Amino acid sequence: MNYEAVIGLEVHAQLLTKSKIFCSCSTQFGSEPNTQTCPVCLGMPGVLPVANREVINMAIKTSLALNCKINNYGRFARKNYFYPDLPKNYQISQYEEPLSEHGYLEIDVNGKRKKIGIVRIHIEEDAGKNIHENVVDGSYVDLNRTGVPLMEIVSEPDINTPEEARAYLTQLKNILLYLEVCDCNMEEGSLRCDANISVRPVGQKEFGTKTEIKNMNSFSNLQKALEYEIERQVDILQDGGRIVQETRLWDPSSGTTASMRSKEEAHDYRYFPCPDLVPVVVDEEWIENIKKTLPELPDEKKQRFVSQYGIPEYDAGVITASKALADYYEKVAAIYNDAKKVSNWVMGELLRLLKEDEKEISDILITPENFASLLQLIDKGTISGKIAKTVFEEMYKNGKTPDEIVEEKGLEQVSDEGEIAGIIDRVLAENTKQVEQYLGGKEKVAGFFVGQVMKATSGKANPGLVNKILKEKLEAMKNK
Amino acid sequence: MDLYRKTIWQLRELLDRGEIKPEEVLDSVLRRIEEVNGKINGYITVLEDYAKNQIEKGLPEGPLSGVPIAVKDNICIKDQLTTCASKILYNFRPPYNADVTERLLNAGAVICGKTNLDEFAMGSSTENSYFGPTRNPWNVECAPGGSSGGSAAVVSADACIAALGSDTGGSIRQPASFCGMVGMKPTYGAVSRYGLVAFASSLDQIGPMTKDVRDCAMLLNVISGYDRRDSTSLKFDRPDYTKALTGEIKGIRVGIPSEYFGEGLNQEVADAVKKGIEYLSSSGAEIIDISLPHTDYAVSCYYILATAEASSNLARYDGVKYGYRTEKSSNLIDMYFKTRGEGFGAEVKRRIMLGTYALSSGYYDAYYAKAQKVRTLIKEDFDKAFEKVDVIVTPTSPTTAFKIGEKADDPLQMYLSDIFTISVNLGGLPAISIPCGFDSKSLPIGFQIISKHFDESTLLRCAYFLEEKFAVKDKKPPL
Ligand SMILES: [Zn+2]
Repeated sequence: MNYEAVIGLEVHAQLLTKSKIFCSCSTQFGSEPNTQTCPVCLGMPGVLPVANREVINMAIKTSLALNCKINNYGRFARKNYFYPDLPKNYQISQYEEPLSEHGYLEIDVNGKRKKIGIVRIHIEEDAGKNIHENVVDGSYVDLNRTGVPLMEIVSEPDINTPEEARAYLTQLKNILLYLEVCDCNMEEGSLRCDANISVRPVGQKEFGTKTEIKNMNSFSNLQKALEYEIERQVDILQDGGRIVQETRLWDPSSGTTASMRSKEEAHDYRYFPCPDLVPVVVDEEWIENIKKTLPELPDEKKQRFVSQYGIPEYDAGVITASKALADYYEKVAAIYNDAKKVSNWVMGELLRLLKEDEKEISDILITPENFASLLQLIDKGTISGKIAKTVFEEMYKNGKTPDEIVEEKGLEQVSDEGEIAGIIDRVLAENTKQVEQYLGGKEKVAGFFVGQVMKATSGKANPGLVNKILKEKLEAMKNK
Repeated sequence: MDLYRKTIWQLRELLDRGEIKPEEVLDSVLRRIEEVNGKINGYITVLEDYAKNQIEKGLPEGPLSGVPIAVKDNICIKDQLTTCASKILYNFRPPYNADVTERLLNAGAVICGKTNLDEFAMGSSTENSYFGPTRNPWNVECAPGGSSGGSAAVVSADACIAALGSDTGGSIRQPASFCGMVGMKPTYGAVSRYGLVAFASSLDQIGPMTKDVRDCAMLLNVISGYDRRDSTSLKFDRPDYTKALTGEIKGIRVGIPSEYFGEGLNQEVADAVKKGIEYLSSSGAEIIDISLPHTDYAVSCYYILATAEASSNLARYDGVKYGYRTEKSSNLIDMYFKTRGEGFGAEVKRRIMLGTYALSSGYYDAYYAKAQKVRTLIKEDFDKAFEKVDVIVTPTSPTTAFKIGEKADDPLQMYLSDIFTISVNLGGLPAISIPCGFDSKSLPIGFQIISKHFDESTLLRCAYFLEEKFAVKDKKPPL
């Protein structure tokens, strides 16, 4: 029997506010334990939360970008459970009345476009962190992260393959980065993803029993975990077994998922409206004002790049996958008018180097001006395309201008016909065996001569001229 | 000169004229505390050094400058013990001030102590305190009411000039009534709850407990107003409440709810309250019979909502971060169980269990959701009534003070002593209790006046008028 998977993703995104959701403590990552806390985020007796408007602004922005319907009346609820890193022993979240609902997001997989529904977006506070390592006499609690604002984005179970899941998360991350509401750093936990997953025979309408998978902290882990879990569930069903509804943890080192807790142990969270916070009333004016601040989103930008710069859709897709990269591209293209050549260099050399170094475009030392002037040097014939790659690497490393590098290293192209002719004569004289082969009809040997000339000039000889003069000389020898 | 006997406004005049000094007032009050606190146990902590230090550092000029004020021990004072009368917070010192504490300090008040209460403000008798029960100054065999029984007792016994209490279902007004003094619950949102240790957040409100109505207005002037740290705090134009004390009540429409004068009401209480209504009527107020038809459901509605909120509010006391932690435990869960088991008293545990049950899945709709609907109906009753009247008058409590221990084993009977005050909290309305006479056992009787949201002025106007007519405020308990 053939099976298909049904996957829904729950994504937690940490909002990029300067202060926490219910107090004015900083949200900066990596500070000394408990240095970013106050009585409010410590949940001390008598203190009260007050909602940070910027958190709601960012969530509205995201809701609009994900085509959600924004509820005009939102309420915070308390989710009650005991945990040492949860100072109030309840988490303030949204339950029956989320900020927004019924949206969607579009993904491209294998050339096909697919809409993935968004069930809801709500905002909540993060918990702290228990520290068990390097502690002698028990466990410690770091509450720097308590009250950091999170946005939970819950998808419909519209995802059917691990590739689609990955594409969804990629596209979502991209949108969040474009909106500048989340830095999407999965390692630091500012973007976290859980999956609900079940399998069913192809053609069956009803969902199978689902499991929830947690702890997938990278794109490749997400894909691997889903692949593993689908196979695990299909194997069980094929052996006539039953899937147990439970929460499973992904273990990247073993490449498997393992049971964390079953449904029977599930909490009764006793949700109820938080009486300390007044309802969030979002009126049309508020929404309209935020609409005005919405940036161009990845899909729009991609289409614009195709029509404005005349580059292929593929190129536009690669370049707009990151807002910073797209912005960079546009700056270069504004100075240098062959947009396709720019996209070739961006996708080829630039992305290759960034990938090798695991760096972001924001780290780059090459200014758009220098990038453009490198391409102009090629056009002018000052350097060859091949040398340009060397120059580019040099620019990438130290941020110097291409002119400086060409001059320093003496990389300027040799275009003196006399000089080139002299070198060719020498090469031909030193390689009589190959000359004979050529004259005997093996014309492919010409490439060998070109290579030798280039070697002799450290690649600086103008390849057009080399080819032209070499051909003339060889023809002359033939006709002798 | 027995300065401790004075009211705020009397001291104000003496202090302003330079006839007395703040040190003398404080000394007088501290001596009085020493004299009577052993009998009434109204204070958990006497802040002698704190108060003296305040005066030494120099008091800000303000309406309370030099006046000793006590606050209920569920209101935070920076670095001072704030126990909520619970073992679980027996050593807790908050690193922050409540909003009302800041307002008192800014107004020059000398904070002289933290008063006893039912643990976490849960109770109607101040018997449920880790620090022992408070006794009623009018008869030390009797309870002072609760949960602000400590504040009521110390004001009534002149062991401070005025005090703050908190009122979740009548916790200011019922003890004010039992102790023969003035207690007011302001409109929900008029006084910041920041720094008040929460019992039931949607019902709790801090209010003044004073020797007379003028003091009540003066204290309300100081503690009310918008606070950005409390999102339920409201911005409103705060009048000078003392301006309302004109003695004139002509044309005020007074509603008498039939539901409050039926079965269970003690006859002596009924008679005293009816006398007050006659004073109003004969001085030009218009008396109108009204109905608050959902009154019968108020107590059950209250005990579902209040306990639900309390079960969640009290979850933070787990021994992890502050307060009491059990001596021995084998793991985390065991530590939670033992800390809470040993740290909370019986009444608090009873309410946490009730609230947890009311919120649990499967019972939520039957209890919590239904109680919310009933709350809306009770609010609508008041809205309708206030279309016809300016104030509503009722007895504060169906009886006068009961004996300590008398209702301790019968929580339901205890809960019913707040039957006349609870609806006001559900409606978020302001209400006041003033003494209107004594029963045959010489125990004080309380008269309650309720007004519209943010209409504390009309409330105080009527209270001031009646206080003059009842003429019982100068009568002192036999201590
Ligand atoms: Zn904080």
